[in-house]
Amino acid sequence: MATITAAPARTLPAFLKNRAVAKLAVLAVLALVLVPLAHARWASGTWPDALTVDLSGPLTGASDWIIDNRDSHPLFLYFFGHVSNAVVLSVRAVYLALLAAGWAGVTALGAFVAWRAAGARLALGTAAAFLACGLLGMWVPTMQTLALMTVAVLASVLVGALLGLAAGLSDRLDRVLRPVLDTMQVLPAFAYLLPVVLVFGIGVPAAVLATVVYAAPPMARLTALGLRGADRGVLEAVESLGATSRQRLLTARIPLARKELLLGVNQTIMMALSMAVIASVIGAGGLGDRVYQALASVDVGAALAAGIPIVLLAVVLDRVTGAAGAGDSGAGAAPAGRRAWPYALGAAVAVAVAGRLAGRTDWPDAWTANIAEPVNRAVDWMTGHLYTGIPVIGGTADWAGRFTTWVLDPLRDGLQWLPWWSVLLVVAASAWLIGTWRTTLTAVLAMAAIGVLGVWEPSLDTLSQVLAAVAVTLVLGVATGVAAARSDRVERLLRPVLDVCQTMPQFVYLIPVVALAGVGRAPAVAAAVVYALPAVVRITAQGLRQVDPAALESARSLGATSGQQLRQVQLPLARRSLLLAVNQGVVLVLAVVIIGGLVGGGALGYDVVFGLAQGDLATGLVAGAAIVCLGLTLDRVTQPTDRRTAKGA
Amino acid sequence: MFRRTTRRALRTTTRRTARRTALVASAAVLTLATGCGAADMTRQASPFANAGGAKTVTLSVQSWVGAQANVAVAQYLLEHELGYRVDTVQVDEVPAWDALSQGRVDALLEDWGHPEQEQRYVKDKKTVTRAGDLGVTGHIGWYVPTYFAERHPDIKDWRNLDKYADEFRTPESGSKGQLMDGSPSYVTNDKALVENLDLDYQVVFAGSEAAQITQIRQFAKERKPFLTYWYSPQWLFEKVPMTEVKLPPHEEGCDADPAKVACGYPHTPLQKYLNTDFAETGGEAAAFLKKFRWTTEDQNEVSLMIADQKLSPDEAAKAWVQRHESTWRAWLP
Repeated sequence: MATITAAPARTLPAFLKNRAVAKLAVLAVLALVLVPLAHARWASGTWPDALTVDLSGPLTGASDWIIDNRDSHPLFLYFFGHVSNAVVLSVRAVYLALLAAGWAGVTALGAFVAWRAAGARLALGTAAAFLACGLLGMWVPTMQTLALMTVAVLASVLVGALLGLAAGLSDRLDRVLRPVLDTMQVLPAFAYLLPVVLVFGIGVPAAVLATVVYAAPPMARLTALGLRGADRGVLEAVESLGATSRQRLLTARIPLARKELLLGVNQTIMMALSMAVIASVIGAGGLGDRVYQALASVDVGAALAAGIPIVLLAVVLDRVTGAAGAGDSGAGAAPAGRRAWPYALGAAVAVAVAGRLAGRTDWPDAWTANIAEPVNRAVDWMTGHLYTGIPVIGGTADWAGRFTTWVLDPLRDGLQWLPWWSVLLVVAASAWLIGTWRTTLTAVLAMAAIGVLGVWEPSLDTLSQVLAAVAVTLVLGVATGVAAARSDRVERLLRPVLDVCQTMPQFVYLIPVVALAGVGRAPAVAAAVVYALPAVVRITAQGLRQVDPAALESARSLGATSGQQLRQVQLPLARRSLLLAVNQGVVLVLAVVIIGGLVGGGALGYDVVFGLAQGDLATGLVAGAAIVCLGLTLDRVTQPTDRRTAKGA
Repeated sequence: MFRRTTRRALRTTTRRTARRTALVASAAVLTLATGCGAADMTRQASPFANAGGAKTVTLSVQSWVGAQANVAVAQYLLEHELGYRVDTVQVDEVPAWDALSQGRVDALLEDWGHPEQEQRYVKDKKTVTRAGDLGVTGHIGWYVPTYFAERHPDIKDWRNLDKYADEFRTPESGSKGQLMDGSPSYVTNDKALVENLDLDYQVVFAGSEAAQITQIRQFAKERKPFLTYWYSPQWLFEKVPMTEVKLPPHEEGCDADPAKVACGYPHTPLQKYLNTDFAETGGEAAAFLKKFRWTTEDQNEVSLMIADQKLSPDEAAKAWVQRHESTWRAWLP
């Protein structure tokens, strides 16, 4: 890409040799020509009405058509019907199998798998996690979630691997798929629940399909990466042995890509699990539904009781698949295990059978601990004391009020006051400075599409919330990341906290956040910060740690203080990671600011919830599309030129 | 001897599991084999239903606590008196109609009036059947806390609202007074009302009932003035007494055009609806749900236990059932 922009620069005056300046100059020329034209034709600050398309008519028509034809049209009878059927049957099969194994059996088998894949410590952890789910009184919902997850993850891995295989083997398909996968990754899941529900109705099939759309891209991307990255030497060696292309694929390229494939599975599992909660809005059942129902009765304790098993599942699955992907650690952790594993498998099966024989397949009611009450008392105490009236610093509600008045309001009003073409110019300039003309074009077109959809004002409102949240996230995240990079102790202490923040369903935060900050945009921003912070902290810390030790060493030998080392060596060298952190922060913040519609965030998030709640495709889908466009714009504007590998750090 | 029994037990268990697996497998094969046949997705129950061969009823739960209370008591009685297994699905009213029509849920116990859906599903498609009154009358309105209304009695008329707009200001509503609205699933004309009655107020949507309740309780704790969209029957009135602000009276059809609404909300006798197939073939469960009918006080009693005392819906239902045997005896078929 650089060649394209650099080519004209060679013939230009010296100060334009600088690529950034050249890009800006081109934009300025374009603006000089286009802006007066646009201004003469539509002299308005906000997006001109003449350039909008009202989709509510056709969308309502489409929604009515689907509802009227869902039980008779061949498309539904012969295609969607079978898809939906297959999902229901497979989820049911897994669920019944899990119930049949009983709690003892599931725990024993889980521990066994963890032991084979990741060693004895994780096996113990896995067993403890399963028992904790039972202890919290969440055994059946946990099994429902697990059944749903199993099917969704298998489907995502299958779809992702097939797409990845295609992209990995064919350059043309790679070019075609790349933007598709990019788009799928920046889609906030909340935005496309509505169309899925309309076609499949509420319930498990819709939830599984929404999850697959959300969770398949990392698998596809990592599969393609693994296939493309295979060692040339090995491939040539295999070829020289006369292997056919299929043999080459099966015996060399896929095994060589094992690490990426397993990382892909790991990412897919994590994303599917986070989706399992969001899908509760459309009737997926399981743990997510418990969290959602607890939210409805303002019961943080009960929400937490259902949220903890999700965190435990996430941590266990992450560590186990992560360890399996990290190479031969599974075998390395249990060298004696090679002989012992048939016995261990036998023992696990024996536990399952014994559990069944004892007639104890259901988790015994007497063995549950009620954490809801103490948690609620703690939350009440906290919100009662922190809400307002603390001397000098003021309570959280006062902070939230000030944040709204001093940051969110000016930001929103400022953005909405800006003439529409200047917003497009700002988008173009920032996207081009950091990326290529292609990413710039996508960003500008996506932003323009928001105007065309007729939701310019609410989108800028959402944008103002995103910008404010990203700013806070970056300040906190980079500071914490620096601390974590410089001290192993801090990093060890932070790790579980980050795990919990990252995997705890966002719905659990919403009520305490309202109790602390009141209804409005401030709690939405606060929830987004909590959710996006871990990824930023992790990427920053990792980036700083990877800085070439030699560079640091030489800086030290020149007598640089620790602050100078950080500012002049580590941070500049970790620039790429920091940019990635910004990008991830933006994408994650957007996903939660949308859910903030549930606590008074308003704008696009509210419209999506409204569309879901009222079955109003016109409002919901347009807002959803606007969110997607906003996501694309923000992603492109913050995207360092080369691609990241996976969402969610 | 001992060994033989174990072995037999083992064999029966494995056989039972095997039979179940075979059932599932054959069902899967069947779908694959009938790949060219029609698959009606309007006839698919939840995969979690009927696990272990129990008779199952699926009830839809809406996000407000009153709806949870209906479902909790119906669920408790279905399970303990009639031997059903009950699944619940959390879903808002309008999608619940759709789910009812598709047979994903069997019943919707508290509907606040959706003429469009009624026309489509009850009259045209006939996939949903009326199941009579719930016995509770619902009313939506604008409320201020009673402690505020006592100090300023003239607030009870909408014409005086502008006088107090300053007192209702929050950071979120900017220079205007805040009228707090709730969940997007609620029936509301408030934006149009504020405009058409020319009030100096900004509608702020709390986005969910949970957020709205949390905020109301925070306001009440500090005895701050607030103006909110709210509805009865609602347990929160017991905790935060509120007084209604009179809007222009409701007349039949005055809310027909959403853009021109300038009147208050009606009193709605809340309705129950069943999936038509379920209503016809649902046996005792369907008969029971048709007869289910209680009062506002009953519902509030259960709601308060769930939302304020933080009992689980099941415990709350149990407590109510123990105290009101004569009421629910009449519902049993």
